[in-house]
This record gives sequence, structure tokens and C-alpha cells, in this order.
Amino acid sequence: MPLFASLYNMAHWLTQNQQEAEDLVQETYLKALKGFDSFQPGTNFRAWMYRILRNTFLTSRAGLSARMTVPLDLDEEAAAVPDTPESILLAEADQQLVREALDHLPVPYREVILLCDMEEMSYQEIAEAIGIPIGTVMSRLSRARQAMREFIGASK
Amino acid sequence: MTCDWTAKLDRYLDSELSGSELKELEAHLVTCAPCAAGALSRLQAKRMNQAAGHRFSARPEFRLKIEQSIRPKKSLWWGIPAFATAAALVLILISGVIWMQRARSEQGLAELADLHVSALASPNPVDVVSSDRHTVKPWFQGKLPFSFNLPELQNTPFTLIGGRLAYFQQSPGAHLLFEIRKHQISVFIFQNRGEASQLSRGKPAFSSETWTEGGLRYYIIGDAAASDIHALSELLKNAARS
Repeated sequence: MPLFASLYNMAHWLTQNQQEAEDLVQETYLKALKGFDSFQPGTNFRAWMYRILRNTFLTSRAGLSARMTVPLDLDEEAAAVPDTPESILLAEADQQLVREALDHLPVPYREVILLCDMEEMSYQEIAEAIGIPIGTVMSRLSRARQAMREFIGASK
Repeated sequence: MTCDWTAKLDRYLDSELSGSELKELEAHLVTCAPCAAGALSRLQAKRMNQAAGHRFSARPEFRLKIEQSIRPKKSLWWGIPAFATAAALVLILISGVIWMQRARSEQGLAELADLHVSALASPNPVDVVSSDRHTVKPWFQGKLPFSFNLPELQNTPFTLIGGRLAYFQQSPGAHLLFEIRKHQISVFIFQNRGEASQLSRGKPAFSSETWTEGGLRYYIIGDAAASDIHALSELLKNAARS
């Protein structure tokens, strides 16, 4: 079954709930099957599946709730971020702390950082999966990483 | 710390820099300690995100449920996987070949048994009547496209009765008749064509053996004891090797 483990993991990260994650994954596969004719061979299948998952999530109750928490300046160009002694902070941060930091990220930040760092998608793939311009992918990634650093720094 | 390259560190670690930018940044990292440290910390963060991101696993029963829900509904026949169909076809083919080989072998055995019985029933079972191998063997010369040796039977319980020409599966061969304690044994010698009629199966009234030696196929069949058949076969094998 293609991408099942990755899609479920992402679904759980998005919904923060097992039952909702299962519902989301099930609906994603059903939609993918029904709409498989719309998939163009040669294009990115993984990005296509993530896009279905994400769109399904955004129209779900959990997704609608998450959208309400999106920061107003979300898609503004990221400001230049001054460097901090991240190497010290991150080297000391254990995995649990990183997970807490991810949990605290707004969904739009969380999804780009997971798609980029965990799924190792290119910016272009992320743009296709989320349906945003590449520039927006880059600015969200920058803000998400900055938020992670700040959370971990504040937790120390 | 301010450096023009700092803003590109994330793109560098995300493998999003173009060729020329990549070379320039890598050259810069060699000379700029703050940027090198920044790149290292970002790399560590990226790895930690990757490790932390793999957090949730679906329940096995949920995975099974999804697999079942997306599996296409198929009829019983078309539901058979391709490899199973192929395996079944191969099995049928092999069974058919084995059946044909067995049928052909049994047919061959029946033919040889018929030759043996008809020789015994004939008032002239052999065309060359002699117990002397030096008489029988030369009789076949010019009649067969091959030659063979016959064993010395002195000090053995076997007696050579004689020989005749035989045709088996469209090939000429030698049909030799031996006797042991009033039991007649037929020995058939043909050119080896790579396939042997399996004489050990069926026809329980006869004992039989077959082997190849020197490019010839030997069949031995008779109503004598299996040990006698085997003993004669050993004599013939030794004669062929001499």
C-alpha cells in the first residue's frame, strides 16, 4: 500500500489525534481511488497524495480549527533571522523536546517542516503538495525553524 | 553575526541551491567560521526533526482495514494473482509432460514385452541359433549400424540361445535370447537416443532393467528372477567395457 506509513504519520501530526488521523487516512485513500483518473502519470505521486491528505484535513473539523490559529503574518516574507547559539541548544535538546516544539507549531508551519525534514521533499514537491508558491514554502520553513529554535531555547 | 550567506544556509542544507551558488557557498564555508557553525547547527536540527517526525504508527488492524477497503473487488477467477495462474499453468504443463513421458515409457515397455513374448511363441525364436558368442555377434555385422560385445558365459548359469533383428520405435537393434533354469530372457540393444523406456514400472510378470553403455541402449526383460536379470545385465556391462 503506497505511502501508508508516511501518510498516517503525517495525518497524526496534523490532527494530533489517533481516531481523527485514521479517519483522515481512510478518506484520503478513498478520494485518491475515486480521483485516480485526475492523477497525471509522470507528475509527483507522493505530492499528489499529500495534497489530497492536506485538503481533506483542511475541510475536516480538526483542520478548520487549525486554520483559525494560523498567525496573521504567516505568508509574509520571513524577516532576517539573527543567528543564535543554536548548535548548543539543539545539541542538548532531546527528541522529546523537538516533538514538543513540533506540537506547538501552528499546522502550516508543522507541515512544511515535516514535509521538508522528515519526508525530504523538495521545495517544489512541497509547493505542489500544499498548493502554495515556492517562495511561500521557503518563508514558512524559515519561520517554522525560527519558532522551533525559540521554543527549544525557552525550554532550556 | 551578519553574513550575506547566512540566509542561504537553509536552502543549502535542503539541497535547493543551484550549481554555481552551491560551489560559492561551500567555498565560503571553508573561510567563514560563523557560517560553518550555523550550517552545522541547522544540519543537527534537520536531523532531529527527521528523527522526531517519525512518531506515529498506525494500528495493524487499521492498516488491514484500509488495505481491504481499497482492494479492487474481483471475481474468483480474475482474483487469482498472475503468478498463481502462471504456476498453475506450469504445473499443468509439467503434469502433461510427465504423463506423456510415462505413457510413452509404458508403451515402450509394452512393445519390448510383446517382442519378447512373440519371440518365445515363435517356432523360430531366433534367426541365428548358437550358444557361441563368436557366432552370434558376427551374424549382426552388416545388419545393424553398430556393434556390441557379448559376455563370456562359461562358469555362469546363463546360456546364449541366439539372436534376431528387432525393430523398436523405428530403430533396428539386436534381440538376443538367453536362458537360465528354463527361463528365457531377452536382451535388446539399440542405439541410444537419449530417452529410456522405464522398464521398472508395470508389467509385474516380467523383470527388467535398462542402461546405456558405449552409446547403446540396453533393455533386458524376462520372466526370470530379478536377481538373474541383474546378474545377466552385469555380465553384459562388463562385456561392453572389455
